[in-house]
Formats: sequence, structure tokens, C-alpha cells
Amino acid sequence: MDGNRDVINGLMWLLLCQVAGEVVVRLVGIPVPGPVVGMVLLFGLLQWRKPAPAAGVFRAGDALLRHLQLFFVPAGVGVVTYLAVVRDDALPIAGALVLSWLAGLLVVGWLVTGLRRG
Amino acid sequence: MSETLEWMRTSPVALVALTLLAYRIGCEARDRSGGHALAQPVLVAIVLIGVVLWAADIDYSTYRPGTELIAFWLGPATVALAIPLHRQFARLRGVLLPMLVAVPVGAATSILTAYALVRLLGGDDLLATTMAPKAATTPVSIALSEVAGGIPPLTAVLAIAVGILGAVIGPVVLTIARIRDPRARGLALGATSHGIGTSRALAESEEEGAFAGLSMGLTALATSLLLPVLLVMLRQL
Repeated sequence: MDGNRDVINGLMWLLLCQVAGEVVVRLVGIPVPGPVVGMVLLFGLLQWRKPAPAAGVFRAGDALLRHLQLFFVPAGVGVVTYLAVVRDDALPIAGALVLSWLAGLLVVGWLVTGLRRG
Repeated sequence: MSETLEWMRTSPVALVALTLLAYRIGCEARDRSGGHALAQPVLVAIVLIGVVLWAADIDYSTYRPGTELIAFWLGPATVALAIPLHRQFARLRGVLLPMLVAVPVGAATSILTAYALVRLLGGDDLLATTMAPKAATTPVSIALSEVAGGIPPLTAVLAIAVGILGAVIGPVVLTIARIRDPRARGLALGATSHGIGTSRALAESEEEGAFAGLSMGLTALATSLLLPVLLVMLRQL
């Protein structure tokens, strides 16, 4: 597969990793999404095989990641269904969203900075 | 005539075309505004499609299955997050240990504060569960919300909202907090604002963007592993 530039070949590897991830999740019964296990499997494969930079798996993967936003538009449009929920629970939704985001940002930023010094 | 209109309102071809058109307009808006933080293609597309669905009286229950063809690619795209991870692996040395501590702690912080704050501010368990995986990249947060018993489409909307929040005010907040190391800034943005935050980090510097992408992938993994455990603990309080 090294150096193979075929995008279909690349898509095949992405889908095979996803299938393998889904199978692992079902066999082991872990509450992790299949594609995340697939991501770990692909990472292991890439580190092991070190395909050429022009390999199909990179071209297919980069193309998908470039338009990652597009793939969650159908789910995002679901907000029209939940407009009433968002209106009724505006305070817990907006308050928790902003404060929790801020807490996560500062914790990660300060931890990385502090641990690098220490 | 009415039969043709009915076909337009329910055909997957028309609904997928509408989605691609709205996304393209969103990309155009981003490029023409010079990458303005608010001109996120996903936000523009959602608003435009929402207006069209409302005007044409199309239910979300018709729209969503019609656009399954687009949502399908969330899975392979999530698998593809291994690629930036693979490329940046060599540049990790200096921050490997800090990162391996900070990312799981950050993921736990995001889950715990999201759940606790929703409950404290008067929301119910369903809403808190829906909010809990919001820091994971959207395809992962949708899947996690489904497994945990939340409302996946609402989780997606919340994840997109924290992404936009990170793109708009993330860099300013990091500067005020005196977090200047581009690797620390990238890791923080990726851990809380996934793909949309990563695109903003890339605009600051390539190094910051690379670490944001790495952080996004690791946060997705950490959130997947931590969420089920933390939710059990939180619900027993």
C-alpha cells in the first residue's frame, strides 16, 4: 500500500479501520464510539507502515478533514427541533456552556505551561 | 405541479443539494470576510437551511434521513483524525508529559463542570447528560451523547457553539490568562473547541494549529473513556 496514490484505496483503509473499530467496540462492550477506536487503529497503522506523503490514505483523509464542518451540518440543523428547549432552558444552557468552556481552556493552558516549567 | 413540489420537499437529492449549496455559501462568506471568526461555514449553513426548512414547511424528521449520505462521512472523518496525529508525533518531545496530564484533566474538567453547572442552574439530568460531551469533536460528541442517553442533535449544536466561542474569544482569553507558548495555546483551544477552534489556532500559527488538532483527537479519546465513568459518579451524588 506504500506510495499508492489511489484515493479509493485510501477511503478503503479509513472505512476498514472504522469497521474494525466498530467490531472491537461490540466484542469488548466498551462505551467508546467505533470511529474513535478506528482512529487509534489507523494511528498505529500509520506509525508502523509509514506510507509515502502522497499515499491515498492521506489524500482521502485530508480531503475529509478539510470539510469536516460539512459533515455535521445535518446534525446541527437539528437545532430547529430544539429551539423550544433552548428557549426554556436558556440560563443553564448558556451559563454552563460558557463557564465550562472557560474552565477547560484555562485548566489545559495553565497545566501545560506550569508542567513545562517544572 | 404540486406533485413536483412534494418531490422537491422530500427527495434526498434535493435535500443533499440544499445542504451542499448552503455550506458552499458559508465557505464563500468565510473567504470574502477574510476569515472572520463569526463567518463559520457550518453556522451559516445551519441558519440558511433552517430558514429554508421553515419557509418550505419541511420537518427535521424529513430532512435528517434525506441527508444521511452527508452525515455518513462523520465516521471516516473521525478515523482520519489519526493523520494530523501521525504527522505531529515527532514534534511532541518537549510537551509529551504535560500534554498527557493536561488533556485528560481538561476533558474531565469539561465533563464535570458542564454537568454540574447545568444542574446548578436548574437544568435536568437529560440536559446535563446532553451537555457533558460538548468538548469532544462533534462526530464523537454525537456518538457519546447517544450512548450516554442524551439528545445527540442538541449535543451537536452545543459542540458547534463551544467551537464558535473558541474561535471568537479563545485567543483573547488565553492572552489575558498569560498563556503564551503556542503549544499550550493550541492544546487548550483543541481541548475545548475541537475543529472550529483548531481552524482559528491555525490562523495564529502553524505550530499552534498542529497542537490544537492533536489535542482535539486526544480530547475525543479522553472524553470517550472518561464520560461513562464520570456520569455514573455524578448521578450518584
